Amino acid sequence: MNEIITTSSNSTLRTQHTTCAYCGVGCGVEATINDDTRTATVKGLTSHPSNYGRLCSKGSALAHTTGLNERLLQPEINGETVSWDSALDHISAGFKNVIAQHGPDAVAFYASGQLLSEDYYVANKLMKGFIGSGNMDTNSRLCMSSSVVGHKRAFGTDTVPGCYEDFENAELIILVGSNTAWCHPVLFQRIKLHKENNPNVKVIVIDPRVTATCDISDLHLKVNLGTDVWLFNGLLSYLAEHQHLDHEYINNYCQGFDEALNMAQQSCGDTAKNADAVGISEDDLTSFYSWFANTKKVVTLYSQGVNQSSSGTDKVNSIINAHLATGRIGRVGCGPFSMTGQPNAMGGRDVGGLANTLAAHMDFTTDNIERVSRFWQTDNLPTNMAQKPGLMAVDLFDAIDEGKIKAVWIMATNPVVSMPNADKVKKALEKCELVVVSDCIANTDTVALATVKLPAIGWSEKDGTVTNSERRISRQRALFPPAGNAKADWWMICQVAKRMGYGSAFNFNEPADIFREHAALSGFENEPSGRRRDFDISYLKNISSQQYQDLNPIQWPVTVQNPEGLARFFEKGQFYTPNQRANFLALTPKLPKHLPNKEYPLALNSGRIRDQWHTMSRTALAPQLNQHISEPFVQMHMDDARARNLSDQQLVQVRSRWGLMLGRLNITEDVKSGDIFAPMHWTSQLSKAGRINSAVNPVVDEHSKQPESKHTPVQVSSYQAKWHGFVFSRHAFKWPNCDYVVEVKGVQHTRYELAHTQSIKDPITQMLNWLDIPNEAAAKAQRLEILSFQDAGTGVYRLALLNQQGQLQAAAFITPNAQLPERTWLGMQFAKDNLEKRARLALLSGYAPAGEDIGPIVCACFSVGQKTIEKAINEQGLTSAAEVGACLKAGTNCGSCIPELKQLIVSCNS
Amino acid sequence: MKPKLVLIGNGMAGAKLLEELMATCPDKYAITVFGNEPYGNYNRIMLSPLLSGEKTLKEIMTLDRPWYKEHGITLHVGADKAITGLDRVNKCVTTENGLKADYDRLIIATGSKPFILPIEGKQLNGVMSFRDISDVEKMLSAAKQYKKAVVIGAGLLGLEAAMGLCGRGMDVTVVHSNVVPLNRQLDIEAGELLQHELQARGLNFKMNAQTQHIEGDDNGHVSRIHFKDGSSLQTDIVIMAIGIRPNMQLAQDAGIHCEKGIVVSDTLQTYDPTIYALGECIQHRGGTFGLVAPLYDQARVLTNHLSEHGVAQYQTLPSATKLKVTGINLFSVGNINGDDQCEFLYYRDKQQGIYKKLILKNNYLVGAVLYGETQEGAFYNELLDNKTDLTPIRPYLMFGRALCNEKSADEKSADDKSAKEKSAAAQPLEVSVEK
Repeated sequence: MNEIITTSSNSTLRTQHTTCAYCGVGCGVEATINDDTRTATVKGLTSHPSNYGRLCSKGSALAHTTGLNERLLQPEINGETVSWDSALDHISAGFKNVIAQHGPDAVAFYASGQLLSEDYYVANKLMKGFIGSGNMDTNSRLCMSSSVVGHKRAFGTDTVPGCYEDFENAELIILVGSNTAWCHPVLFQRIKLHKENNPNVKVIVIDPRVTATCDISDLHLKVNLGTDVWLFNGLLSYLAEHQHLDHEYINNYCQGFDEALNMAQQSCGDTAKNADAVGISEDDLTSFYSWFANTKKVVTLYSQGVNQSSSGTDKVNSIINAHLATGRIGRVGCGPFSMTGQPNAMGGRDVGGLANTLAAHMDFTTDNIERVSRFWQTDNLPTNMAQKPGLMAVDLFDAIDEGKIKAVWIMATNPVVSMPNADKVKKALEKCELVVVSDCIANTDTVALATVKLPAIGWSEKDGTVTNSERRISRQRALFPPAGNAKADWWMICQVAKRMGYGSAFNFNEPADIFREHAALSGFENEPSGRRRDFDISYLKNISSQQYQDLNPIQWPVTVQNPEGLARFFEKGQFYTPNQRANFLALTPKLPKHLPNKEYPLALNSGRIRDQWHTMSRTALAPQLNQHISEPFVQMHMDDARARNLSDQQLVQVRSRWGLMLGRLNITEDVKSGDIFAPMHWTSQLSKAGRINSAVNPVVDEHSKQPESKHTPVQVSSYQAKWHGFVFSRHAFKWPNCDYVVEVKGVQHTRYELAHTQSIKDPITQMLNWLDIPNEAAAKAQRLEILSFQDAGTGVYRLALLNQQGQLQAAAFITPNAQLPERTWLGMQFAKDNLEKRARLALLSGYAPAGEDIGPIVCACFSVGQKTIEKAINEQGLTSAAEVGACLKAGTNCGSCIPELKQLIVSCNS
Repeated sequence: MKPKLVLIGNGMAGAKLLEELMATCPDKYAITVFGNEPYGNYNRIMLSPLLSGEKTLKEIMTLDRPWYKEHGITLHVGADKAITGLDRVNKCVTTENGLKADYDRLIIATGSKPFILPIEGKQLNGVMSFRDISDVEKMLSAAKQYKKAVVIGAGLLGLEAAMGLCGRGMDVTVVHSNVVPLNRQLDIEAGELLQHELQARGLNFKMNAQTQHIEGDDNGHVSRIHFKDGSSLQTDIVIMAIGIRPNMQLAQDAGIHCEKGIVVSDTLQTYDPTIYALGECIQHRGGTFGLVAPLYDQARVLTNHLSEHGVAQYQTLPSATKLKVTGINLFSVGNINGDDQCEFLYYRDKQQGIYKKLILKNNYLVGAVLYGETQEGAFYNELLDNKTDLTPIRPYLMFGRALCNEKSADEKSADDKSAKEKSAAAQPLEVSVEK
């Protein structure tokens, strides 16, 4: 796992096996580390069963995100660098003070699927066990909680029944609300390969948008936003009507079927009406139903398109209903499959990191509270353990806004960007007296609001475990020692716990210590005779630190019965409900909470793009990941664009009752008329007005409290810019005061896309000012060479600065319309030590030098270059100046160049 | 028997006419040529490199004497072969030494004479002009003998003469009545760049200066030049390069209608229908000429008529200019200063010594000044001559022909492809940047 390679260049290279930092696929990564330069290269780990050597664009760029420039490396209190002791004392005193005055529910932790299970475990233990509040929630609330509740309602616990191999054994794969191709690319590659190898395998994509995932679909159901329950209720009804039910499975292992079917038939039994409600043709709907009905091995993968909805939980159960009714669960190639978004969303759930679970797949029931209390030995505490669920994300930040929560610790996440109604979250944190943020990145929208900043180690330094979407626990191993003064989140939490007086319960020296306790809790009083818990890794509770270090990827449960883990649950029932029967849910389809109206006639859908991750704090550091899509955009159907007189690539303003964003319009037929789509990634660090979650409504699913991020009524209007422009700069500079700013990191430069509603008086000077140069004289004093182009008549102004070596330092272009050249070629010029003559001449065109290099001019009258003449002489066998003239006109006006032409003929023929 | 064609003047216009005739109708006329310089034909434009030593006399010769013989053309050259008499009634010409030639068609291509300032001292030894090979010979011999030179006039010819003499080791000052050199071809910004460049090469300038008189020494040789502001410069020679005047004496004496030059029609006929004229001696629609391109055009038009095709009409187009000084690239065409209705596009890269200005009126090019980088000169010349609507290529115009072609092609293919998408894209945004 950790082998040494000696290279010819004296520096010693090591390899290390770890796990990718991004999505829930959880790919194994093999890193080759150069300790001398603190750099690494990465490739997919061939032995890892999640990816078998594959990596996507984001994973492949992991090594480009490990630099230290953007890192938070020292603790800070109110902007002042302090020692760890000061910071930890300050936090523990602050928390204790708030708890003493206002009780334990006046504090909260808000964690993230980026934390390792070990970090998560101690955070959860501290809040729920020792502080005694349930206020420990996580950003998994935003992506997974509807699935969690759906699982619990149906199975009695939060279990993903199947595994990735099921996709490779399925005959029909249904992808619901998932742009798998972009969001889980490696799993998509596995599906794609399976389909290529097995032409009979069918793929159905259910998505309101045409996405890259549709490339492999046999059927794309371009459904209306939020109508999945109609779709799957209708499926259940169809299965019953056409005798495709697995009565044996239903009767032996399930309950509540009749009620569920009744409701399905009543609400969605009429296929024609149902097709109408879903917004697709009856033929397509029937194809979907009959393919499902007539295929034995069916996997239904679903993701945020299902979860992020006011009826997200019902959507999950409508999918599970169909699988239970056909017994297509727990068998090879079958099952409902919730795809998680984050590398350790599952690990957080396993630990109990959601506010509505206590710990280790135990809810807040009396016996669970007592059990966990016994395990954590909290009986002697002056305070009780948490007795009830805490506040969940949206409510949690609302409570901060209302002043009910007075101290919060945010770990490894960026809620100011990711939460719905994000501006409200920002305001709430601005008011909160103690905002602790532990993060590896110095400048995120949330870190900016922290009163205490704690430098956390980043992916390349972390040591612990993560659990992917198929319940597979994998080790994340450090490539480098911690940078600067950065520490592991688990260490910080334990230090605060000790300072709060809970030292003996948090006396962990290494992640393995925590893992062993976590494993032990999972098996604590989890006897096969009693009411079991599915999450049980107690077989690992006594592993040595070395065994932990070497732990191979393994799917939970890991028990004496299943020491190698378990691929599937529920083939023979054995659900985790009191009577071990799965529950069918009777579901009434519900429209999204806020519907489009006259004022806000369009429905905003949001989601990911291929090459960025979450709030871009790491992926945007890798120039190659900023090339695919570099600006926040808004996809709109051409009919809607036409109705609003909008043109492609112009800037538009998206406004809801809650907030607004600016983005570049992408007119397309990929979204339905009436819908728009915008990416969720852009933050205030990288854009002035690109945070779509400012506009997203703070509506949540009543069961899971997961926000309805896929549906907000909005209006879209043209952004009336007086000018558009961009600036490339080798050195970062302060954003100009413009409405529209997007910062894009490139190779040896940063690019700023700009637009504003006020015109500029002296554009050339203004552009210099942006670059922190008062005027042309000052540029000269700094030994910068200025290139400029201006066409005042059309309002086009361009500027470039080069140093004396001819190396490009900055370039700025502005124009009244959005007609600007492509940025790629200009960006590439920054990688050069100096610009060759032709590139320098072409620079302010924004395009690569056009045409052939004609060489130095020989005939000035007709601008004929030496290379052109030599080519003509050689290729056409010209032997006299007159022939050259006849061919190229050279020398036929003033004739001054005829002697040179004669010489060229001689030299070409010699 | 072939009709007799007599050509007076064996300069660039005359020689070009002969070449065109030989290419078009070599056997139509019995041709006789008179020239008062003792050579075949040479490229007058190349006198500058001849002066600077970059070219030899042999290299600048274009038509040697055998060429005339090979083409059956009778050539009479030398000072004594200058035509002094023109008898239009008897259709015959007479040379200084009494040689006569009858004609059926007469072509006058007597060129131009340098303009000499009418000031005191203009006749002194050491005051010279820069027009022909004998002038070059005089200057070269002066350069061997003397140290200091003053060139009056910072036009193309003046600067070329000055650089030539500078290259021959003389200490040269250019005296000019404007603030920048080459002010007819360059705007102030380009003019300053040129002046700096030439200064860096060792040339001195005295700008905004009006010459008062030239002072001579006891031997009648130039010794000092005086200016109207009271200042003066010591000098050994003075080159007057302040312009040319059409050489129309012969035509005028023969009673052919002349104004600033010999007045010709669009078919280059004088008021005497058997007599044509071309080159720097003529006046066409009020204009006179000093650059090579229009002369060549005239030669082609005239050949068209002499060969009795008789359809071509001469049309004056803006002519581009270049300076024949090695390493200095400048290009100028059309109206370089523009007017109230003009829009100006500028490109500047001062450290590379590059300045470009394009002058547009209603999205048509009306002028261009290129300094330091002139590759696209021919492109702009074409756009100007062809009156091309620049609307579609304006964003790329400054960056040359290849980019304009590429982008026009791109847009065409995009247009074809996305006709239906276009319909969705409504009007462009109404936006402006304050000028």
